Amino acid sequence: MSETDPIVIVGASAAGLTTAEALRRAGYPGRITMIGEERHLPYDRPPLSKQVLAGAWEPARVALRDETAYTKLELGLRLGVAATGLDLSARVVRLADGETVPYSDLVIATGVRPRRLDSDLARVHVLRTLDDTLALRADLAGARSVLVIGAGFLGTETAAAATQLGIAATIVDPLPVPMARQFGPEVGGFVADLHRAHGVTLLTGVGVAQLYGSDHVHGVELTDGRKIEADVVVVAIGSAPATQWLADSGLAIEDGVLCDEFCRAAPHVYAAGDVARWRNPLFERVMRVEHRMNATEQAVAVAANLLGRPTSFAPAPYFWTDQFDVKIQAYGIFPDGAEMLIAHGDPTEGKFVAHYRENGVVVGVLGWNMPRQLRTDRALVIDRAQ
Amino acid sequence: MRITIDEETCIGAGQCVLAAPEVFDQREDDGVAVLLTETPGKDQRAAVDEAAVRCPALAIRLEQ
Repeated sequence: MSETDPIVIVGASAAGLTTAEALRRAGYPGRITMIGEERHLPYDRPPLSKQVLAGAWEPARVALRDETAYTKLELGLRLGVAATGLDLSARVVRLADGETVPYSDLVIATGVRPRRLDSDLARVHVLRTLDDTLALRADLAGARSVLVIGAGFLGTETAAAATQLGIAATIVDPLPVPMARQFGPEVGGFVADLHRAHGVTLLTGVGVAQLYGSDHVHGVELTDGRKIEADVVVVAIGSAPATQWLADSGLAIEDGVLCDEFCRAAPHVYAAGDVARWRNPLFERVMRVEHRMNATEQAVAVAANLLGRPTSFAPAPYFWTDQFDVKIQAYGIFPDGAEMLIAHGDPTEGKFVAHYRENGVVVGVLGWNMPRQLRTDRALVIDRAQ
Repeated sequence: MRITIDEETCIGAGQCVLAAPEVFDQREDDGVAVLLTETPGKDQRAAVDEAAVRCPALAIRLEQ
C-alpha cells in the first residue's frame, strides 16, 4: 500500500455509497474504490419487504442512484465480487476472484446476512436482497398461503405485504406478541391486534420444529406438534453481521466489527451500517443498529473521520416500519425492562406516542401514526430527559 | 436552487425538518414532508443539502 492507494469501501449498499458521496461532497480528490458482492448497482432495502413485495413498485425503483451518478462520483465500482480476506499490515483486501486491492483507508460496510433454517426444500425463502425479493414475489404469485417464521420487522412487514396481495398469512414466533424484542409487550400487543384485524393468523409462544414437504415445502411442524400447511415459507429469524471474510484479519469481531466512538476498528479501518458495533456516547454503551437511517448517519461520520475531522458518532437511532395503514417510527433504544408510558394520543384511537425510560431517563420514543409529535419528542432522547 | 419532494416516496421521517426547519415541515396526519418555500435563499443551501442526504427515503430532489 501507499498513501496514493484508494480509499476502499467494501459493501456497495447504503452505507458504502453514502461514505463515497460524503467524501466527494467534502472535496476529497483521491481515488475511491467500492466493492460489492451483488451484481446490482447499489439499491435501497427498506422498500423490498414493503412496496416491492406488495407489487406497488417496479424493482428498478429501488436503485439508490442512476448510472450517470457513478461517473460523476468518479467511483471505481467493482460489483459481483465478494471480499474474502483482509491483511491489516499489508493494507490489502483480497477478493473472491483472486485479486488483491491495496487501500490507504478501508471502510467495512458489508452489512448482514439473514439467518436460515437447515432446509433444501423449494419455496422456502429469506428476504435480504433484491434477488431474494423477486424470487419470493414469483413464488407468492401462485400461492394461496404463506407462513412467516419470526415476528420482527421483516416478518411482520412480509405478512402485511402478502395479505395485501390476497394471500392468507400466518406468523409463528416463540414470544407472546410480535415485535416484543423491539418494542416490548404493550406495543407488541397493539401490533398483534393490527395484524389480526387484517386477517393475519398469529401463532405466538410457539416455535418451529421442522419444515416438511417433498421437493417443495408443504408446511411446518410446530414445537407443540401442530402441523400448519403453507404454499410458501419465509424465514425471518434475524440476521448476522457479514464478517466471515474478516475472521483471520486480527480485527475484533464481536457480533459485528467492534469500533470506538469514531467508528474506527483499527488504524486506517472504519466500519459503517449494519455490520458496525460501536460505542455510542449518547447512551454510553456499545451497540449495533440494523436500520436504514443508521447506515446514512454512520457513513457520514466515517467520511468526516477519514478526512481528519474527528467526529464522535452519537445518534439517537431512527427507524420505522409501515404495516397496513400504520406507520410506526422510533428514536433511541428500547432495552429489555424499559418502562413504557403513553405520553400523547391514545392507542384505542389508533395514534399515540410512547416514551420508554431506563433508570428514569428517556432512552426511546415511539410514534404510532403520529409522526410530527414524535419528531418533537426526539429531543427528550437527545437531552436524556427525566 | 429548486426543491421537489416525492410525496409518494416520502415516509414521513421528518429528518428534513430536523436538518432545515426553515424550509421543510410535515403534514400533521401522515407526516409527509411539505415545503415552506420551493426556492430557499443561499443561506439555506447547506441545511437543504443536509436534508437531502439524511432523507432515508431519498424523496428530496434538488435542482441547481
